[in-house]
Amino acid sequence: MSPVMEAKTLSHLKQLEAESIFIIREVVAEFKNPVMLYSVGKDSSVMVRLAQKAFAPGKIPFPLMHVDTGYKFPEMYEFRDKFIADIGAKLIVERNEAAIADGTSPFKYGVQKCCGLLKTQGLLDGLNKYGYDAAFGGARREEEKSRAKERVYSFRDAFGQWDPKNQRPELWDLYNSQLNEGESIRVFPLSNWTELDIWMYVKMENIPVVPIYFTHKRKIIKRKNLLIPWVAHIPILEGDEILEMPVRFRSLGCMSCTGAIESNVTDLDGIIADLITTRKSERENRIIDHGSDSSMEQKKKEGYF
Amino acid sequence: MAIDTKSQLDYAKMDLLRFTTAGSVDDGKSTLIGRLLFDSKGVFEDQLEAIRRTTEKRGGEDIDLALITDGLSAEREQGITIDVAYRYFATANRKFIIADTPGHEQYTRNMVTGASTANLAIVLIDARNGVMTQSRRHGFIASLLGIPHVTVAINKMDLVNFSEETYEKIKKDYEAFAKQVGIKDIKVIPISALKGDNVVKPSENMKWYQGPTLLEYLEKVEISHDQNLKDFRFPVQTVLRPNLDYRGFAGRVASGVVKKGDKVKVLPSGFESTVKSIDTFDGELDQAFPPMSVTLRLTDEVDISRGDMLVHPDNMPKSSNKITAELCWMVSEPLSLKKKYSIKHTTQTIKAMVTEIEYRTNINSLEKEKVEQLNLNDIARVKIQTLKPLYFDPYSQNRNTGNFILIDELTNNTVAAGMIVE
Repeated sequence: MSPVMEAKTLSHLKQLEAESIFIIREVVAEFKNPVMLYSVGKDSSVMVRLAQKAFAPGKIPFPLMHVDTGYKFPEMYEFRDKFIADIGAKLIVERNEAAIADGTSPFKYGVQKCCGLLKTQGLLDGLNKYGYDAAFGGARREEEKSRAKERVYSFRDAFGQWDPKNQRPELWDLYNSQLNEGESIRVFPLSNWTELDIWMYVKMENIPVVPIYFTHKRKIIKRKNLLIPWVAHIPILEGDEILEMPVRFRSLGCMSCTGAIESNVTDLDGIIADLITTRKSERENRIIDHGSDSSMEQKKKEGYF
Repeated sequence: MAIDTKSQLDYAKMDLLRFTTAGSVDDGKSTLIGRLLFDSKGVFEDQLEAIRRTTEKRGGEDIDLALITDGLSAEREQGITIDVAYRYFATANRKFIIADTPGHEQYTRNMVTGASTANLAIVLIDARNGVMTQSRRHGFIASLLGIPHVTVAINKMDLVNFSEETYEKIKKDYEAFAKQVGIKDIKVIPISALKGDNVVKPSENMKWYQGPTLLEYLEKVEISHDQNLKDFRFPVQTVLRPNLDYRGFAGRVASGVVKKGDKVKVLPSGFESTVKSIDTFDGELDQAFPPMSVTLRLTDEVDISRGDMLVHPDNMPKSSNKITAELCWMVSEPLSLKKKYSIKHTTQTIKAMVTEIEYRTNINSLEKEKVEQLNLNDIARVKIQTLKPLYFDPYSQNRNTGNFILIDELTNNTVAAGMIVE
């Protein structure tokens, strides 16, 4: 291959980047009132960077929205506020205050219902309140089997619900943005990224991520093969062990529903190497998915992103 | 073959191959994808464990690789695949995106969808049956969608005693067919997805086959020449005006190469200017090529908006409000001649009408049929009239400026995929 030809090919990360930027720009050009769902995790960090790239040298022309349950890790709130201040974006924090005041927790209502109230309802209320017609989410098709069939533009009815049997065909990069009043879309610019791509990109681009993705010492509850971060509101069951040990998190959510993994990885190279050799899927330690085999599909049908 | 150690990983050099697989469960398509993902470590232990449990529940013994590609609960209940699923795996050199499409006749629209973004198509043939109607249909759709590379995987070789003769016969038959429909690059590989022969590991049972395994081929097939680097086309997505001094035209290079200092022409206005800079978040570039997303600034104050196209003045696309196209109809409500649709082509959406159906292609016999209307999964040659001229190239020369979709103005649904002929 001559050097000239070589110069006309993009690496896979650059191709993914170019595709995501294209998608983000399409949405801004074609929708009246877009918002980016910001969940503080690594995918959100990458998605926000791509949004910066899409509109440089200008600022991101839409707000970010964090649907907060009140149960996130303290490190996440701290990271969020600094990250947003550093990039000068506008952040909206939405909480289902009524449900929070009611003491909603997975222990009171079960995981499914808690998620439904704090995450799905919180999200739908937030979208309705400001009348957003397009909401970016950082979900990836690789994450979960019901996501494998998700469109880049995921069409939602007036109740924010997903109908897997009635999805619009999506061809080439021609995204159909036509909506009727009250309908909306969720947009997934990271659809074609894998967890490995995300971490390689974080490394290549030097993107800030919440520090608890790396190994740190933490008080945890060991329950069978799960390592649950210790928080005062989690009831201790018979057989639980409380330990302090070096752990990290592979994905971040609510403290009571995010399992830790035992690890000694302290840098990005370590995370990438771990991913290449590890044989466990990313959501494995998400207690939330354990409800039933189809729980993600069910949640998406109800309006989850 | 799979990425085993960190040292093998040079992600700045990894490229990307998007491929589509067409075939039915009977051809062993799910088993093949399961095998590729399994042997290249694209499946995780806890996912495997869930599959093992399901296999046991159904009374199976060996792990059923086909379950790896199992999707929605609605599909599991009915034992069918209803939609395109996207799957991912990587080796040390390449990342792969699979558009996994169900192969039945009624799913032509899904096959077209999966093929639209693919550089390569895998057509599965059951060695016991030879080249059947379905394999021809898949090849025809691959060629219609302009997929540059077609790989024919002759599966279930274990059930024909790994016979070289059977392989040669099917190979000859399919190559003759490929020539007929204009498939440019074809590779035929004998495999057994169930046993793993020639999928990731070379077959012990087919020493007579000297070629690459399927994964070796997927890893090495040369795709850097597939894109059009000749005809510069830059559909403008949006105009960036962060302050009074900056006016940039954001978009993705659809084809060709643009360099700083190039003379460019704006369509449809016809105004000419010069590229002052090619901007990105990471700094200025000297040149841009597909599929890069960049922002162009020009030396003159020019009125440009979304839907306009920048090109080189000496290399113009075609322009017309009357086009002839291949159309794949994608919804159950039939095409209505004289009804107004929206056409989305590059970054512009305008009104359009289908004025004539020249003929429908029978996707099984490839015969041209005279029809009065188009129904779900029909593929036809049609004439379309648009409210304003489109700036396009024939799909065969330029996939990105030769494709379009039709949208129903009432339901807002995407009703057809189109490939411009002229």
